[in-house]
Amino acid sequence: MANKKIGKQTVKLSNPVSISTTYSIVGKKEGDGPLAKYFDIILEDEYWGEKTWEKTEAKIVKECVAGCLGKEKLSNDDIDFMLSGDLLNQCVSSSFGIRERQIPYYGLFGACSTFVEALSLGSMLIDGQMADNVLCSTSSHFCSAEKQFRFPLELGNQRPPSSQWTVTGSGTALLKATGQGPFITHITTGKIVDMGIKDANNMGAAMAPAAVDTLYQHFQDTSRGPSYYDLILTGDLGYIGKEITIELLESRGYNVKNNYNDCGVLMFNKEKQDTHSGGSGCACCATTFCGYIFNQLQAKKLKRVLLCATGALMSPTTAQQNESILGIAHAVSIEI
Amino acid sequence: MKPIETKKDYQNYVDKKTPNSPIGLNILKAFIVGGIICLIGQFISDALKNMGLEQEAASAITSISLVFAGIFLTAINVYSKIGKFAGAGSIVPITGFANSIASPAIEFKSEGLVLGVGAKLFQVAGPVLVYGIGSSIIVGILYFLFAGKVS
Repeated sequence: MANKKIGKQTVKLSNPVSISTTYSIVGKKEGDGPLAKYFDIILEDEYWGEKTWEKTEAKIVKECVAGCLGKEKLSNDDIDFMLSGDLLNQCVSSSFGIRERQIPYYGLFGACSTFVEALSLGSMLIDGQMADNVLCSTSSHFCSAEKQFRFPLELGNQRPPSSQWTVTGSGTALLKATGQGPFITHITTGKIVDMGIKDANNMGAAMAPAAVDTLYQHFQDTSRGPSYYDLILTGDLGYIGKEITIELLESRGYNVKNNYNDCGVLMFNKEKQDTHSGGSGCACCATTFCGYIFNQLQAKKLKRVLLCATGALMSPTTAQQNESILGIAHAVSIEI
Repeated sequence: MKPIETKKDYQNYVDKKTPNSPIGLNILKAFIVGGIICLIGQFISDALKNMGLEQEAASAITSISLVFAGIFLTAINVYSKIGKFAGAGSIVPITGFANSIASPAIEFKSEGLVLGVGAKLFQVAGPVLVYGIGSSIIVGILYFLFAGKVS
């Protein structure tokens, strides 16, 4: 009997799960952005001593997990499960990043929604008394993502104003059954939402309806209005997706204008860094949360945060076959 | 605003929300940069002819020089910056063709010389070659049939 489920898509944990530690690594461009001081490591170039971008991304995952465990002085044996995923084919950054660690591992793919997908499943594993310590991680790399999804980097072409910039980096969070918090209290799992957008240079617009769907359902299921939260934060909708989300939620009766933002908007300085509609990629939500938001929660400057990561479920092949871009969004309530 | 129900309504709404590229400015930049590249080509060609070369040889050396320049600028990470500024202005001339072959060569070097560079070299330029050569063959056949003779 599913006695923890409330409403249509939300789970209310009986024992809130503590987010014990986070660790974040970002690339140079992110380190030049407004959130720089909150990250644990800022890389100096796109290779970090490796020969290929794929190896670099795996190393970022590896070091991010090591950093997270190091902060808590934990070893591999202390971790019951690791949940991780990324954008590269077959989630290789995650699996190669942790190949030397003997930790039971589930590879996840939720595109850029992976971080919250991992937090959701990790919390449920703990609340279901199947684990005490769970690591949740994700990564993306601008160069490896461009290589897989778009054109070679040295090709001289232009990006439209609606395009977004894939964040280089990784964020890892350690979930614990007991601790000081902040705590994950509610989980709203998103449905696939297809509003027919096909333009791969307008991911924000493709994913915004999914974010709206999940946020709306969260408010309905929990009977909490948007004002319950100090901050409602989506993963990587960028400037265009953010505006669409505000307007669509308003049309469905929820006003989020005052306490809503997007990690893709926070990550870069739009004018100075030439990032067009903002940041994107799995690491956008993960590093913003593990760096900036976690810091604000610990400092008690934020007390109730609704984190909603958004993903575009597609591949270069489906795009070439003229399929639309499917959106998904998962949300977790994080409270102190 | 009323709730949006259909995909069509959403597409229309998104079109309104999405800013367009500055087309006028982009055309102007493309015109200037493309013009400069062609001017350089003309200069090389004229200089060579002044030195006594035949038109055919001068044209060949001009193409070779521009292709080299395109690849060199790609290798030192400059052509992508020119391309970002100029758009079609640096894609259309022969230097852009060189860039479209050199950039995948650099990108896919990590997958080896056969399955990386060899297989992906024409990733961007491939369609241009296929349809460029294909259409010139068709035009050649039509010319042969209707204009009569092959010289």
